[in-house]
Amino acid sequence: MTSLSIGRHAGQIVWFLAIALALLLPELIPSKTALTKMCLIGITIVFALSYNILLGQTGLLSFGHAVYFGLSGFAAIHLINLIGRHQLPIPVLIVPLFAGLAGAAFGLLFGILSTRRHGTAFAMISLAIAELVAASSLILESFFGGESGVTTDRSVGPTLFGIDLVPQIQVYYLIVGWGVLSAITMYAFTRTPLGRMATAVRDNPERAEFIGYSPQIVRLLSFIVSAFFAGVAGGLAAINYEIMTATNLSTAASGSVLIMTYIGGASFFYGPVIGAIVISLIQLSLSDVTPAWLLYLGLLFVITVLFAPTGIAGLIERHLPPLRARVLHHLIPSYLLSAAAGSVFAVGAIALLEMNYHVTLNAHEGPLLRLFWIQVDTTQPLAWGVAILVTVCGFFLFRRTWPLVGGAWNEIDSRLRKAAP
Amino acid sequence: MKEPALALTDLRKDFGKTSIIRGVSLSVVAGERHAIIGPNGAGKSTLFHLISGRFPPSGGTVALHGHDITGLKPSAINRRGLSRSFQVSNLFPRLSVSENIRCALLWSTGYRYCFWRWADRLSDVSAKVEDVLTRTGLSGRRDVLAGVLSYADQRALEIGIAIAGGADVVLLDEPTAGMSHSETRRTIDLIREVTIGKTLVMVEHDMGVVFDLADRISVLVYGEIIATGTASEIRASKAVQDAYLGTAGTAH
Ligand SMILES: Nc1ncnc2c1ncn2[C@@H]1O[C@H](COP(=O)(O)OP(=O)(O)OP(=O)(O)O)[C@@H](O)[C@H]1O
Ligand SMILES: [Mg+2]
Repeated sequence: MTSLSIGRHAGQIVWFLAIALALLLPELIPSKTALTKMCLIGITIVFALSYNILLGQTGLLSFGHAVYFGLSGFAAIHLINLIGRHQLPIPVLIVPLFAGLAGAAFGLLFGILSTRRHGTAFAMISLAIAELVAASSLILESFFGGESGVTTDRSVGPTLFGIDLVPQIQVYYLIVGWGVLSAITMYAFTRTPLGRMATAVRDNPERAEFIGYSPQIVRLLSFIVSAFFAGVAGGLAAINYEIMTATNLSTAASGSVLIMTYIGGASFFYGPVIGAIVISLIQLSLSDVTPAWLLYLGLLFVITVLFAPTGIAGLIERHLPPLRARVLHHLIPSYLLSAAAGSVFAVGAIALLEMNYHVTLNAHEGPLLRLFWIQVDTTQPLAWGVAILVTVCGFFLFRRTWPLVGGAWNEIDSRLRKAAP
Repeated sequence: MKEPALALTDLRKDFGKTSIIRGVSLSVVAGERHAIIGPNGAGKSTLFHLISGRFPPSGGTVALHGHDITGLKPSAINRRGLSRSFQVSNLFPRLSVSENIRCALLWSTGYRYCFWRWADRLSDVSAKVEDVLTRTGLSGRRDVLAGVLSYADQRALEIGIAIAGGADVVLLDEPTAGMSHSETRRTIDLIREVTIGKTLVMVEHDMGVVFDLADRISVLVYGEIIATGTASEIRASKAVQDAYLGTAGTAH
């Protein structure tokens, strides 16, 4: 009985711990670069959660969600500049709210065009709108500022509670505050009548019509809500970076939020949070280490689509029942073996990829390449031979551990079935 | 005379060059239980699609309580008090059983596009969800996803969604198809109970069920109604025996 009631509150406890961690993080990692990264991740979490209102909740695959993030970001920059010219007496702290409203307005405008359809047609229209907005961002110089973008100074206007947003740490807490508020509101939205009907429309738009609902209107309202929170994220980005450029609303940015949400797990509310954190960290750390980081990100995406379509959150959820039944430890031996063999394969494959990248793109740097902790001479056939050998052997070893993992899961599932009433 | 709950006038439907519904006129009195029988491919489901707005008719009119609803969208027709079930289960597969029923209730209880209240804390809706769960015998499976229900439970949920909103005209397309004998009995009792004071039109192959439940019966053959009447009138009808009962009746 006790373990059951703990299980029921586990979700709330995890959320509470996550918020506490977000608040304490600047104390735990007191570094300036870390703070910059944490601000970026906070904004990305809000953006990815807003995207999942479309993808996970309403079943709409959008290729243009950065449009609402970017347009609202530009709107926020212009708003802050107005405040700076003493034309608006509002604190910059609440600019994300207005950015959200701008996002919702653009959501209404473009949503009317795109949400009449779903599936492939919706996806194509979202892409067309994204290209349209990206193209106009290069033409409408006064709003988008051309190639260099538009800048602002966030430390203007009336202050609230003495917060002038000069130190970065204040901006971080501003992001945490708006982020937590947005996440709670978005979660609440999933549990309202409209939020439930969005899920119903995702599952079966036809049947939704026969119980009185217009799937188009449900999709449109969902779209507007999603664009609102993308706008909040865009407003936070405007405050954080004090600059917006056309890349913020590019299709690349839209693709990035799609990949994050998918890898995190679109079927679970917290999936995009995990995806935003993991992918941002990968982007931030790998891009310094290797020029091939986009390739690795792409590979991760492909692997997720093929082998873990429910994302990281789906993998977590899969492990919860055995954890509650205290049989999860049966997986450890096979997981360790598989991880060891998988690492051998990964090391070989990464070596091959990096050597290839080096000879094709960085040949001017000479034949030497730092791989992991060793120096590799890419002109030596031996180096290539070893890399190929490690990759091939690693793969065969890795492949042979899969049945072990499968067997362990079968064992666990049969135990779970027996334990079930 | 009282306004008929449902009146079809010279209803037609062509798919390309083939005429599937070829001039159907039918008047269903409020409170009546009306069965539609007919051989496979006669156009029974198509007729339901025309009434409920899934397809626009090629000709003719449909009137609900005297108001013309021809060509309206399914949602508009449903809001005027007509609900239906489908021959092939048409559920929300990734929602649980109780969420399926809750969704079916939201519009009719007036919550519509509301986003400022908790969907699962609406006491009026929850009470009705419980009622439908009990009536359909799905209480024990309330948290199961509709997509993984057994066939019989999916059929029960299909009926549950159709009746949940309390529409006063209910169309059921072969509600007992594929059910065992005891499940059929239970389902028929359920249908009888929930349609008290309502108008029911149902397609049904099981003649025992039809003669037991229906006040009147229409026989649809090749897109045309060849006879309408009480059970005994239909049994006695020469046209029906020639066209249908003599062969299909014994086959089923
Ligand atoms: N969308 C469509 N396009 C073309 N033909 C169709 C379409 N829908 C149904 N038909 C045809 O219309 C005819 C009647 O189909 P319908 O499903 O209405 O029959 P039914 O009486 O319900 O049969 P059953 O007893 O098998 O359910 C069939 O010949 C079918 O092939
Ligand atoms: Mg049919």
